[in-house]
Amino acid sequence: MASKPHRAMRGPPASTINLSLNNPSVRAVLYQILVVGAVGFVVWYLVSNTMTNLETRKIATGFGFLDREAGLPIGESLIEYTPADTYAKALFVGLLNTLRVAILGIVLATILGTIIGVARLSRNWLLAQTARIYVEVMRNVPLLLQLLFWWTLFRDMFPGPRDALSPLAGVFLSNRGVKIPLLMWQPEYAYVLATILAGIVASYLLHRWAKRRQEATGQQFPVVRTALGLVVGLPLLVFLVLGAPLALERPELRGFNFVGGATLTPEFAALLIGLVTYTAAFIAEIVRSGILAVSHGQTEAALALGLKRGQVLRLVVLPQALRVIVPPTTSQYLNITKNSSLAVAIGYPDIVSVANTTLNQTGQAIEGIAIIMAVYLTISLSISLFMNWYNKHIALVER
Amino acid sequence: MSDTQSHYTSPTFAAAAPEKLPGRTFRDIPPVRWARENLFNTWYNTALTLVIAYFIARFAIGLISWGLVNAVWDVPGTDTRACREIVGIGACWALIGEKFRFIMFGTYPYEEHWRPTVVIFLFLALYGVSAMRRFWNRNLVWIWLAGLTVIGVLMWGGVLGLQFVEQERWGGLPITLILATFGIALAFPLSILLALGRRSDMPAVKVICVTYIELIRGVPLISLLFMASVMFPLFLPEGLTIDKLLRAQVAIILFAAAYLAEVIRGGLQAIPKGQYEAADSLGLSYWQKTGFIVLPQALRLVIPPLVNTFIGLFKDTSLVLIIGIFDLLNSAKTAVNEPAWRGFGLEAYIFVAVIYFVFCFAMSKYSQDLEAELSMHRNR
Repeated sequence: MASKPHRAMRGPPASTINLSLNNPSVRAVLYQILVVGAVGFVVWYLVSNTMTNLETRKIATGFGFLDREAGLPIGESLIEYTPADTYAKALFVGLLNTLRVAILGIVLATILGTIIGVARLSRNWLLAQTARIYVEVMRNVPLLLQLLFWWTLFRDMFPGPRDALSPLAGVFLSNRGVKIPLLMWQPEYAYVLATILAGIVASYLLHRWAKRRQEATGQQFPVVRTALGLVVGLPLLVFLVLGAPLALERPELRGFNFVGGATLTPEFAALLIGLVTYTAAFIAEIVRSGILAVSHGQTEAALALGLKRGQVLRLVVLPQALRVIVPPTTSQYLNITKNSSLAVAIGYPDIVSVANTTLNQTGQAIEGIAIIMAVYLTISLSISLFMNWYNKHIALVER
Repeated sequence: MSDTQSHYTSPTFAAAAPEKLPGRTFRDIPPVRWARENLFNTWYNTALTLVIAYFIARFAIGLISWGLVNAVWDVPGTDTRACREIVGIGACWALIGEKFRFIMFGTYPYEEHWRPTVVIFLFLALYGVSAMRRFWNRNLVWIWLAGLTVIGVLMWGGVLGLQFVEQERWGGLPITLILATFGIALAFPLSILLALGRRSDMPAVKVICVTYIELIRGVPLISLLFMASVMFPLFLPEGLTIDKLLRAQVAIILFAAAYLAEVIRGGLQAIPKGQYEAADSLGLSYWQKTGFIVLPQALRLVIPPLVNTFIGLFKDTSLVLIIGIFDLLNSAKTAVNEPAWRGFGLEAYIFVAVIYFVFCFAMSKYSQDLEAELSMHRNR
């Protein structure tokens, strides 16, 4: 890039056409033709080999198999699914399972990572050291090993449903997975939800009004506290006024297994715990470096201006720290999504696992792998686009 | 870009922000005063310290009683009844004693185990030599070539009176080291070309490099390994087959190159324009400019993120387990498949985790020290 003007200077006058090899632009065109030709040849060679092989081995091509009956049992599914359904539906179930673990993982890893990152900066020596050891251990052991570890822990170390551990009332840990109570839907909850929505809208309007008033008069309004009251306090009040209807479906032991409640299968629990604890270590380091990147002078200057502690954090430190934190965190989110493909090793039916079974059953390797790659490229691209948008939103606006 | 930054930031601050942040260390002041300043300076810090200390103590007591006090260290043969009685109460380290060689060397012929042992130490020696800045010159290439030749001879045999061992019988730690070493060593030159190509003026070259890098970085390594194991045979002309380990190795190299290329691109972007212009004004050709002026500076800048990427790749070699290659992790997993030892997976995984940890921790410590050393002129 840097040499562009220079080349123009060294090149011949524009009026004459010089096709000699000493002309850099002629050379550049020649090089590109060579590179494209070489890459094109390799691709053509591989494709033609593949075509011949597919023909001689009589392997079917195309995505026709998607409409056929899969006959493929899937352990857990967010939607109704039976082995009699088509391959397309089986793959969709796998995709939903991937998204489920990835989204939950991203949320939980962000929370845990932020806590640990802040803990590493704590003035309490014991807390900082504990966080440091956690980060070092998690970062230096392969994720696949950690997943196998958690899975084995669930399968071999936890007791059967009869002697399940119960760390909290209604929560049961056994080798069948984690059982948690399920909140039953009550008709009154509709009003509570409506109040929450109304609270959010009211808070937004309040925020706009307060900002305009502050710009006009300089007077401040306690927006955060009022908004908290509107979004949390008011619905709680409605909930209490309606008689606080609360019904939990508790898991109960019947015979050899639990009935009722929600289940996290050992595979899902192991995958989620593994992904979250592993990625949290990386996010912790990012958060720590982001906070350290804001120089102390900024805090001092803000305090000197008379801002309160909370305001310093919200208006001065966090916006600057986020600028450092967001781009690398994006790649961690992408990593969680891509790493969820390790589910195949512990038998959680994610997209890779389902597509792998599909390609083994149909023998159509190319289509199976194309599906996996297309899914991940789409997810990666969407997360990148969203985070780029967010990054632009918070980036430094230069004159 | 985002990935490059993530590699950039984490090691930088790991070195720039020493752990002594909370205050003075033990050595400067008496321990009681140190504890008062760093552990019990306010009421909530005191509460926090006590709560954490309680949990650490509980965890440590549980770990010690499981791992040391109640553990079974030896059983007669494969009679694991003693272990079965204490499942959940104590560890069965007898497994490691019994399966140590299997986990380390897989199914390599038992009498020949000295060969993979020597290979492991040779790898360690090569890593050690490469870590010393004294050897950072042309000779390093010859040292590596010699070392790898010896490693190849030892693993395969068939010459110098060594028994021939086919590749299918290799396993354990040597496989992990081979995959990681060749993966990094061969991906590195490729990644330099990709990074240069991505910054090239030539649109066709740039498009090809960008497409390659983004395509590979957008998909999980697993999909590439599946590709290597089930699709690769279809790519080859009839009659030609490549063994599974080599196919996985190719997938790892292609994967590693895309990630390393992004790290190197970060270094290339950090070189000021004046350096390029100075080289141009001296009349250097593109390759002279790149080889003598740009790359030496750019690579030096990105050593810490490069090492971080190396650590990531070292860990990622464990994924070959999924396509059935006997690396360290897979041999540990297989060791507990035997009926007598079934159910003692945790012990095997902890043992292997320690090995991985030692390698990765050494690398990350090394990168931190190196970074401190290289940036000494800035932190005077």
